[in-house]
Amino acid sequence: MPVITSDKGQIWRRRTSAAQWAIWGGWLVGIAIVSYCWKLISDKTVWFFVTDAGTQAADLAARMVPPKWSYMDALWRPVWDTINIATLGTLLALVMAFPIAFLAARNTTPHATVRAAALFVIVSSRSINSLIWALMLVAIIGPGIFAGVLAIGLRSIGFCAKLLYEAIEEIDAKQVEAITATGASGGQKLLFGVVPQILPAFAGISVFRWDINIRESTVLGLVGAGGIGIQLDASISTLAWTQVSLILLVILATVIVSEWVSAKVRHAII
Amino acid sequence: MSETSVTSYPRRWKKPPLIASPMLRWGLWLGAAIYLSVALGTMEINWARVAEGLPRGQRFLAAFFPPDFISRWDSIVDGILESIWMTVIATVAGIALSVPVGLGAARNLAPTPVYLFCRSVIAISRTFPEVILAIFAVKLFGFGPFAGFLALSIATIGFYAKLLAEDIEDMDPGQAEAVKATGAGWFQWINYAVQPQVMPRMIGLAVYRLDINFRESAVVGIVGGGGIGATLLTAFDRYEFDSAAAILIIIIVIVMALEYISGYLRKWVQ
Repeated sequence: MPVITSDKGQIWRRRTSAAQWAIWGGWLVGIAIVSYCWKLISDKTVWFFVTDAGTQAADLAARMVPPKWSYMDALWRPVWDTINIATLGTLLALVMAFPIAFLAARNTTPHATVRAAALFVIVSSRSINSLIWALMLVAIIGPGIFAGVLAIGLRSIGFCAKLLYEAIEEIDAKQVEAITATGASGGQKLLFGVVPQILPAFAGISVFRWDINIRESTVLGLVGAGGIGIQLDASISTLAWTQVSLILLVILATVIVSEWVSAKVRHAII
Repeated sequence: MSETSVTSYPRRWKKPPLIASPMLRWGLWLGAAIYLSVALGTMEINWARVAEGLPRGQRFLAAFFPPDFISRWDSIVDGILESIWMTVIATVAGIALSVPVGLGAARNLAPTPVYLFCRSVIAISRTFPEVILAIFAVKLFGFGPFAGFLALSIATIGFYAKLLAEDIEDMDPGQAEAVKATGAGWFQWINYAVQPQVMPRMIGLAVYRLDINFRESAVVGIVGGGGIGATLLTAFDRYEFDSAAAILIIIIVIVMALEYISGYLRKWVQ
């Protein structure tokens, strides 16, 4: 705690002068960067549309109420599809992420180059959004739920494998050593020494990712990959705003229920 | 100890099951099997279409190689820069908006009505994926990076305010009480008792969110929100898959770099 002595006696300060200047400089640089970015964005913005947004929003809101409840009959199937895309996609991702995680974890990987390759798979899967995966897959295998499942699966591999390999790296080495001491083979060491230690983490990760995937699969339909997004896209394109508001409510309800389920399950496991 | 008493024990060791109750264990397996068969049954995979798509997929993949950085280089640079500005501003604005919401959503700081209001703001912004937020932002504010910026800022609130509120709820009440005992006002209390306790984690999360926002900026472009996503969609629409591959590679490289930097920064802050 720096204390400054002046003619009025000792004054307590929170920081030294140097620290204060460093913080000030940091703020200066940060604000400069932000203002520069803001200028570039605002140059590309048509401000007339922005100032007009209030009227547009009021207009849109007026068109969206009341939700067209009768449209619900046509939505049960897409909701079921959406949940299936998320669930099957998560399963697919888990099946593929499990071996990749073992290859990527420092303590179970066979070789450093294998580890680098596994890490590359993880990063590329994570950095491409599921919507972009879907965009590519729809072009390859055609529109439909299958493309959605694959997109969710490919996107989730990275997430699941990353969390899983971090869990593997944090295991207690003594248990593996104890299994080794019984004369276990490499596979038995993994099965009885490593896997039991990461199973709770594995279950937690799967439910967590499932919850995220429900959210992501609601929009895959925008590029034709199945689920409720197709209805959303169609309703927006035909300016059927009362249907749009109902769809948004349905998405809200689905996500809240899935979040509740995932919180319950994770609570039960951990 | 006689020979017989030893042999009466089972000679083979069996791993104890994860779920102790056999009813629940087999019930879960049965439920999973039923669900899977129903879900796969309703999926309607058009195998003919998939089979037809596979050779097309090969050609499609072949069209990705070699990635063409050159012919669309200018628009790629434009899109990337736009994404970066958008990311920076959206993160800063989103966090600035998250601080009041997060303070309001902390059980131990806010009165119940404020708490409920802020929690519902968080719930709503967390529910809808960035893409849906972007659709509406584009609808209201017109095409371009401004809409993308708004969508990302709103999505940031749901993430950052929630974690901020949870961190504040977990803080050490002793320090807060000590500062209060000095006769500090509300703002002083927040600034000297709450802020130092949550700051290290929050800086780490801010960097993490910057990382997420960049990734998401690639998809808000698909619905008209500007940035690299718009460039990517154009490349897909023009069947310029080699340019699309170049864009995807650039996105992966930037995300990898960001992840590395953010991991380093988070370690440095904590």
